[in-house]
Amino acid sequence: MIAEIGLVALWLAAALAALQLLAGFAGARSEDGKAEIAALVRPAAALQAVLCAVAFLALLYVFAITDLSVRLVAVNSHSMKPLIFKLSGAWGNHEGSMLLWVTVMAMAGGLIAAVERRLPERTMMATLCAQAFVGLGFYAFLLLSSNPFERLAEVPPEGNGLNPLLQDVGLAFHPPTLYIGYVGLSVAFSFAVAALVTRNVTPDFARVMRPWVLGAWIFLTIGITAGSYWAYYELGWGGWWFWDPVENASLMPWLAATALLHSVSVLAARDALRTWTIMLGVIAFSMSMLGTFLVRSGILTSVHAFAVDPERGSFILALLALYIGGALVLFALRANTIAEGERFSLVSREGALVVNNVGLSAILGVVLLGTLYPLLTEAFDVRVSVGPPYFNPVSAIFFLPMVVVLMIGPLLRWRRDDFARIIKPVALALAIAITVLVRVAIWNDIGILPMLGLALAAGLAIASWAPMLKRSLRRTPLAVWGMCVAHFGVAVALFGMAADSAFQQERLIAAEVGDFVEVGPWTGRLDSVNAVAGPNWTAMQANMMLAYENGPEQRARPQSRNFWTPQMETSEVALLTRWNGQLYVAVGNQGEDGRWQLRLWWKPFVTFIWYGGLLIAFGGGLSLVGRVAADLRRRRGEGDDEIAANAPEEPDSEADPEPRADGAPEAVPA
Amino acid sequence: MTSGLKPKHQRLVLLLIALVALIGATLLAIYALRGQASYFYVPADIAANPPEPGQAIRLGGMVETGSLATQADGVTIAFVVHDGEARVPVVFSGIRPALFVEGSGVVADGRMNADGTFVADQLLAKHDENYMPRELEGMETSEMREELQSTVE
Repeated sequence: MIAEIGLVALWLAAALAALQLLAGFAGARSEDGKAEIAALVRPAAALQAVLCAVAFLALLYVFAITDLSVRLVAVNSHSMKPLIFKLSGAWGNHEGSMLLWVTVMAMAGGLIAAVERRLPERTMMATLCAQAFVGLGFYAFLLLSSNPFERLAEVPPEGNGLNPLLQDVGLAFHPPTLYIGYVGLSVAFSFAVAALVTRNVTPDFARVMRPWVLGAWIFLTIGITAGSYWAYYELGWGGWWFWDPVENASLMPWLAATALLHSVSVLAARDALRTWTIMLGVIAFSMSMLGTFLVRSGILTSVHAFAVDPERGSFILALLALYIGGALVLFALRANTIAEGERFSLVSREGALVVNNVGLSAILGVVLLGTLYPLLTEAFDVRVSVGPPYFNPVSAIFFLPMVVVLMIGPLLRWRRDDFARIIKPVALALAIAITVLVRVAIWNDIGILPMLGLALAAGLAIASWAPMLKRSLRRTPLAVWGMCVAHFGVAVALFGMAADSAFQQERLIAAEVGDFVEVGPWTGRLDSVNAVAGPNWTAMQANMMLAYENGPEQRARPQSRNFWTPQMETSEVALLTRWNGQLYVAVGNQGEDGRWQLRLWWKPFVTFIWYGGLLIAFGGGLSLVGRVAADLRRRRGEGDDEIAANAPEEPDSEADPEPRADGAPEAVPA
Repeated sequence: MTSGLKPKHQRLVLLLIALVALIGATLLAIYALRGQASYFYVPADIAANPPEPGQAIRLGGMVETGSLATQADGVTIAFVVHDGEARVPVVFSGIRPALFVEGSGVVADGRMNADGTFVADQLLAKHDENYMPRELEGMETSEMREELQSTVE
């Protein structure tokens, strides 16, 4: 019964999306966006969000009670599983994850319809129309080829269980976070398409689009950071980024969204980079869909590839071609009718942001090529795999110079500037970077990339706060704080990556109970090994006591777990965290001679990678709060009779706090 | 530096920089891919067309029954991978996957050394009973299945 309610809600939502599409189209065609039928668009979008939420709750419910007559539950769940994993199992599979996708998308659409009133009504109608168009494709996909509520004729006695690697608290939050990010970019896509349709690309438009891009980007950042940590402690291989196609699938939309975030700021503040911003809006969501295609089509082997089903792969590929192809054609037809934006000098904030955008696009291209290359060569019957030896150096070639620009860019003024003006803080940051470089080069024998990484991280850590110079901390807008925090986060993460690859120490031994073990500054022993059991697994657990230098002994209990539904072995690592790094202990099998395989890593400052990621997201959050608050203030100031269509250009003093990042008066643009 | 340039030229310069960077990225990526992509080999390929020692490759095949031995340090294992035509000796140091047993399929990342032994950095053994390394899929029906069958019997 509950499953049927979910299914009906989904069909109704799809019908509403069709209505929204038609009404929105009519609205976008009419002069002022106020065709009579257009009044239906906003309620349709809002109701869709409610219906999708109902469908999603229905799915959670059938998973919670393990209703085995639903095929999806029977295939992916098991009555013995803890409740949290029953619930997270609802989206730990193909159909459920697509329902999550559609739900998030409907929520985003409903939210724009409910709150967004700043843009001309015609643009809004076109945006909601585009959103419905994208939504319809995914409803069709869900209902026609991936029905999550399908019933089984015969109810099996027990379910198949969930991949044990996915039975982890990390999984409960990782996919929803990433999906909110992925799908949030669909809003940017719809805005971009609407802008092309109405030829309305203005700073106002950018200010409306920016919070959505920022929000999606924050979730993507958190999702990637969490995913990286999950792979780190769950796979038991000691690495935090494997350039796995699925990781790349989440990185590519992030790179595009990061570029978009910066170019949309240029558009909002300076009315430049108009077509480029629109293009990035299209690319960012294309990367989300491409990622979904790569992951969900099953053409790549990974824990994420649930559906090895060519029909579904082709369906997503068709959607991808339709939306991206359509948007690009529209772009080609309309791009030259969008009036040219403001000009700027190469040495200016805009110039630095262009370098940022070009660099990010180059990295995006590098990752995209590397990810698709195995698929391309396979067409010629050559099987290859592309890994870190390709991705690390080639992306670093673009990333490290970008870090240098990142030190300088935020200090530059908009429109035109002179290097001489900002020489002092930049020289200081570079001096610190060079000092670190020399120090590391002389005393430590490490690779060139970690060496440069450490040096640039040190320089950037200082330079990221330079925009705060000569500012009153209290009066600094939140958005500037956000920028500084996020850029500082980049330095922190880069430091963690470089320090981990430069200084990590690894120890692989076969130890008897009572044996002494040592790795880096840690010493300890293997006290005992015993069997332990969980709700759906048994494990061999190694009990170890380890001490950092001469400090107190700490307990580490790595496990080698055997799940029985489905049968699989996973490694449950033990982590001992200090402020300056993490000890990572994994236990393997017992050899014939009775010794246990132990693998220990001392990873200095590895935690900084994830702290950095969280700082970046936190900076984004500060910026988002600052922007939205400023917006609300402005709206209140202008009273209730604000009509979006006639919204006046904000006076420059309110428009954007960034132009005066240096506290100097801004040249008034012509 | 650009104050003397006409606005039109400015745009051109920006566009050129962007184009050069992107084309550079693409060329670099293609060049690096040719050098760095690790090619997939089965033992027969290695016999017919030996890869350079030190070149990163992937080796896939079946673990020969009776060949698996643990060395004295307790963490290094040696075994032979075969595909019914040729055999390649492999050594691996690390925690081996539990489902890595004689007679099972395996894909190993690593490189050949000078004396013809494959040194594996990582073993991608099937980590659940349904998993088949992608690169072995083509063979699943023919040799591999037969091999599996014959070792089970």
